[in-house]
Amino acid sequence: MNLIDLLGLDFMHRALLAALFTGLAAPAIGTFLVQKRLALLGDGIGHIAVTGVALGLLTGTSPTWTAVVVAIIGAVVIEVIREQGHTNGDVALALLFYGGLAGGVLITGLDGQGASSLNSYLFGSLTSIRGGDVWFTLALAVVILAVTLGLLPQLFSVASDPEFAKVAGLQVRAYNVLVAVLAAVTVTVAMRTVGLLLVSALMVVPVATSQQLARSFRTTLTGAMGVGVVAAVGGLLLSAALSVHATVAPGPTIVLLALAMFASTWPLGVWLRHRRRLRAPFPAVPADGTDHSHDVTEDHSHQHGDDCGHPAVQHGDHVDYVHDGHRHAPHGEHYDEH
Amino acid sequence: MLNEHGPVVVDARDVTVAIGGRPVLRSNTLRVHEGEFLALMGANGSGKSTLVRALTGLRPLTSGSVALFGTPLDDFDQRQRIGFVPQRATAAGGVPASVREVVASGRLTRRRVLRPPGRADRRAVADALEVVGLADRAGDGISTLSGGQQQRALIARALAGEPDLFFLDEPTAGVDLPNQQALAAALRTLSERGATVVLVAHELGPLAPLVDRAVVLRDGRIAYDGPPLSEEAVHFHHHPTTEHHDHAPHVASPLDTLEGGR
Repeated sequence: MNLIDLLGLDFMHRALLAALFTGLAAPAIGTFLVQKRLALLGDGIGHIAVTGVALGLLTGTSPTWTAVVVAIIGAVVIEVIREQGHTNGDVALALLFYGGLAGGVLITGLDGQGASSLNSYLFGSLTSIRGGDVWFTLALAVVILAVTLGLLPQLFSVASDPEFAKVAGLQVRAYNVLVAVLAAVTVTVAMRTVGLLLVSALMVVPVATSQQLARSFRTTLTGAMGVGVVAAVGGLLLSAALSVHATVAPGPTIVLLALAMFASTWPLGVWLRHRRRLRAPFPAVPADGTDHSHDVTEDHSHQHGDDCGHPAVQHGDHVDYVHDGHRHAPHGEHYDEH
Repeated sequence: MLNEHGPVVVDARDVTVAIGGRPVLRSNTLRVHEGEFLALMGANGSGKSTLVRALTGLRPLTSGSVALFGTPLDDFDQRQRIGFVPQRATAAGGVPASVREVVASGRLTRRRVLRPPGRADRRAVADALEVVGLADRAGDGISTLSGGQQQRALIARALAGEPDLFFLDEPTAGVDLPNQQALAAALRTLSERGATVVLVAHELGPLAPLVDRAVVLRDGRIAYDGPPLSEEAVHFHHHPTTEHHDHAPHVASPLDTLEGGR
């Protein structure tokens, strides 16, 4: 059976749709987590949700729903601890993370199953996605896009400076809990495609990729959604194509593809930032009594110009050509050392 | 623009604030009139930042009362009339944001939820950038600005909501002289437009000529309230305490809390 045959199968259609919606939703909510410097929150929620899945397996109810409930409770607890605990908030988060993972594995054991029954939830599984999951993912993606794009100015303000937002009259706590709950639901929905342990990557890596090139928050957000869709759908197709030869879980393939996109934009970002720094204008000379602006450069045979390859940087009312630690300003027939 | 007979804009009575059970501000009464430019001064740990945080509602009062524009703080909902400039080392977060986006977030006090910004909103943001001299950097990433320029962007953010009352917490801390002068020019423009300014400062520097009333805090109490003072008088040079003064013991365990936050 080859990829073309696979694409004709129903479960593959469902998986592709789920990946598309997850790829849109996860980076949208992830952008706000990264802005709040909570990039690992998704990972923490994922660990806590393991307990939820295990409870579902133990009680025979749908693991998706128990995971949603436990993840939401965990996310709200994390948010409360973060708001109250301040200095050592990260330690409290770590306590919850590991408690969630340990609890999940223990409960699965109680149920008489090995930890391997958790595997399809931890790393994603194409065949486990059912019709209901696709509709649920679609609904979630719509809600997340409506909230993140509709409330973008408010969420941006709360994420970047909660104190300022509070003085401006915004309901900071309500917005924070909203983001935490949406993150929790995203994690549990994405566990079907990427898996609980890797879902955080789909929230964070596309944002890291997008911010290599973006200058504004809005372009970072939309760029991250684009990267997320390409990574999720592309990774799923890739894992399906490879699964003809070996067992390839979709989660790791999606994450590695996203990381590859980051790795390819990163040098470009480094170069862009380097160039921007190089071309930032020099401050006009402060009047401190000494004037170095007419120190003539001796014997400078090189002719600076638009195409000489040396960056021309604005300095007050003229430009300085920068090379080898010198700033050469044209002055009549010669260059001044600035 | 001092008008001692103008309406009282900030009315704080017997303000007492305790952090983690330790009193930081003790029974301070402060009235600020419309159009005043007031500098809150004092050494590190004297409680000047805490007082501003109490006045803006960020720090709950242990006892006493605060009223802004005649309305008790708890019922105060005209948030667009307040412009707050918090003490920040940087205006950048984990994700790139343009200067215009940061400044526009100050306009939210006058925007309805789920409505796109109107022409008046865009004009207010552009005007705020103009006042602080960053109009040509509006599209640049906030993290590419120098510390002083970021501080000016934070002032523009407060300005974008077109408030009548400004609270600024140490806007000149760690800012070089040319940027301090640009800050002073921006604050002069605000003051001339009739705004009331409450400024926390360790040192006034180029802002000194703008100040028409100084309030000096010392160990949680208002020690002086009157015309501006020279720098030495503020810092009680016979009593130099420059080392950092902790208000409360630090949190030692994840679930310990300081009520009201740090």
